[in-house]
Amino acid sequence: MRYVSDVGALTRKDLLLELRTKEVVPAMLLFVLSALTIFHFAIPRGTNQTAALGLLWTALIFTALLGLTRAFVPEREQGLLDALVLAPSDRSAIWVAKSLAVLAFLGVAEVVALPAFAAFFAPVGWRTVAAVLLADVGIATVGTLTGAMAVASRARELILPLLFLPLSIPIVVGGVGASADGGTKYLAFLVLYDAVFALLSWASFEYVVAEA
Amino acid sequence: MLRAHNLSKRFGYKRIFDHVDVELEAAGLLLVTGPNGSGKTTLLRVLAGLAAPSGGELELPDRAVVGYLGHEPLVYRELTPLENLHLFGKLYRVPGRGERIGMLLERFELWKVRDERVSTFSRGMQQRLGLCRVLLHEPELLILDEPFNALDAAGAALLDATLAGLADRAIVLATHDPDRVEPLATARLAFA
Repeated sequence: MRYVSDVGALTRKDLLLELRTKEVVPAMLLFVLSALTIFHFAIPRGTNQTAALGLLWTALIFTALLGLTRAFVPEREQGLLDALVLAPSDRSAIWVAKSLAVLAFLGVAEVVALPAFAAFFAPVGWRTVAAVLLADVGIATVGTLTGAMAVASRARELILPLLFLPLSIPIVVGGVGASADGGTKYLAFLVLYDAVFALLSWASFEYVVAEA
Repeated sequence: MLRAHNLSKRFGYKRIFDHVDVELEAAGLLLVTGPNGSGKTTLLRVLAGLAAPSGGELELPDRAVVGYLGHEPLVYRELTPLENLHLFGKLYRVPGRGERIGMLLERFELWKVRDERVSTFSRGMQQRLGLCRVLLHEPELLILDEPFNALDAAGAALLDATLAGLADRAIVLATHDPDRVEPLATARLAFA
């Protein structure tokens, strides 16, 4: 129960900070809408749906990256990771809470992005929605861990994409596969990815935030 | 409370400090002095458990009983003092949290601004809030890095009185103004 209470307090803090500063979600919304608009005018009419779905997933991954670059900004700029790490709560609670906040930001961005994609390109089926939801879990868990790694580095703006983008390739494979192929095997692949990487991230976060 | 023997810290090939011994009982104040860049802050981070030593033996208490104030007050600037202290009070499972927070905000003269965002505060007010955060869970070991930084005369006097009232606690304090806390010091460590 203490763990849940700590996660609740830390998640509430992250959501409150975003409500006050409005730094992350508006930027993600503007980015994803701009990207889809550019794709709409850039690709020729009659492009097949698989190619269009590929563009959707590209836009979603880079929108997520934009949000992740801001995820640890308060902790980084004000040295607050020290205060959180010193608290007697389990350190993985920091990761869980930050992942939940990132998940919420992604959800808001996609509530706008999916209808925009449907308007510009093609209707969005339930498999695409399910794939996006499953992908969000993977993006949030892996992205939060790599975001925490990047915070410890001087070249953090460079390090985050270098760490996150290669790890997001399976998400794109699963996402495009589930959306285009229509089979459930890609959804199962995303579930497996989420489970494996959530477990690895949860277990390794303690070591990521510990200073050598 | 705190024991370190032959402690050393290096960043790559750069030696920060070597052969440091620290022993602090449940009550007492260790005064750490030295010029800029001599390793005071790094030592305090090691003693707080925020950084691992490169060598030596170190016995630290559980982090639940440690209060650490670094160069920054370590509070969220877009939250209010009440929101900050409730967050840390929850994480430290402070009993009677509301009452304790109210008492600290009154003591450090921040009660009137309890619902204003910290970003609107002067650096001195932020430092006072940082001290409230450190004292919130009544830590048995206080690690204070330049706690008088940015405080005005009234704030410094408040901190003097607070430190005098913490004679039953273990305190490690680094400062460039050792005369201020010299009467309270029970041990000294000077970096060259």
